[in-house]
Amino acid sequence: MGGCLEAMKPEILLSQSSFKEAREFIRKNIKEYYEVEPGYRILDVHIIGVPPLYVGIEGDQLVFPYTKPCHGTFVVKIPGGDEIARLRERKKK
Amino acid sequence: MVETGNLKNEALLLLGCPQVPVQTSLALYVAHNLRKRGCRPVIAGTTAARKLMEVADPGHYYIEEMNDIDDTIDEITGKQRDYDLCFVFIHNDSGIAYAGTMAYISSARVYALIFGEHAEELAEEIEFPCEIVAAKAVHNPMPLKRRIDEVMEWAVVSKR
Repeated sequence: MGGCLEAMKPEILLSQSSFKEAREFIRKNIKEYYEVEPGYRILDVHIIGVPPLYVGIEGDQLVFPYTKPCHGTFVVKIPGGDEIARLRERKKK
Repeated sequence: MVETGNLKNEALLLLGCPQVPVQTSLALYVAHNLRKRGCRPVIAGTTAARKLMEVADPGHYYIEEMNDIDDTIDEITGKQRDYDLCFVFIHNDSGIAYAGTMAYISSARVYALIFGEHAEELAEEIEFPCEIVAAKAVHNPMPLKRRIDEVMEWAVVSKR
């Protein structure tokens, strides 16, 4: 994983899936989620895939797909920090 | 001798996991053909994919510039740099995801070069604008090389 994300020891909710499976996982299991564009950056990683791509908020945690070139897409959960406000702000636009 | 003069157009060759043997060989072949046609190839790839290219082309005869894949996405999304052509090397779902991202963030004409055991199934997964070049090729690059030959001339000429 990207160094910064890895250092946060993310909880892995889904392993080695396709980006479409990751999309459906977030859509079905996370009540609050926002659509982001391909390439959207969280910490040191980009959201990779074909739209629609979703980033979820669960309490003070972020849930998002993380694609590794060799191992497929993971759905990970990390503390959201300032990113939560940034995501919610996007919806107002 | 490959021409190495002032190349104005730039093409991005995006390399994912180098698990399938034909990837490095085909990337060098595409780079060679781009340079012959006056287009400068730039590699973006994983660390392992770039190391394979470095060892295969130690004199930088085919490739002058290689960059980290995430840094490249940063540059394109930040509007600091873009390319005329983008060849994405694909043999798994992650490759499709990266190609879809490039089709969205870059103004380049995107070519999805699909190989490996499941090339045809992967090609059917593509639902975004790009040119699909697919062939079942794992150890033998020739099936995809032939398909690349069919599109390469047109790819470069159509961007001029």
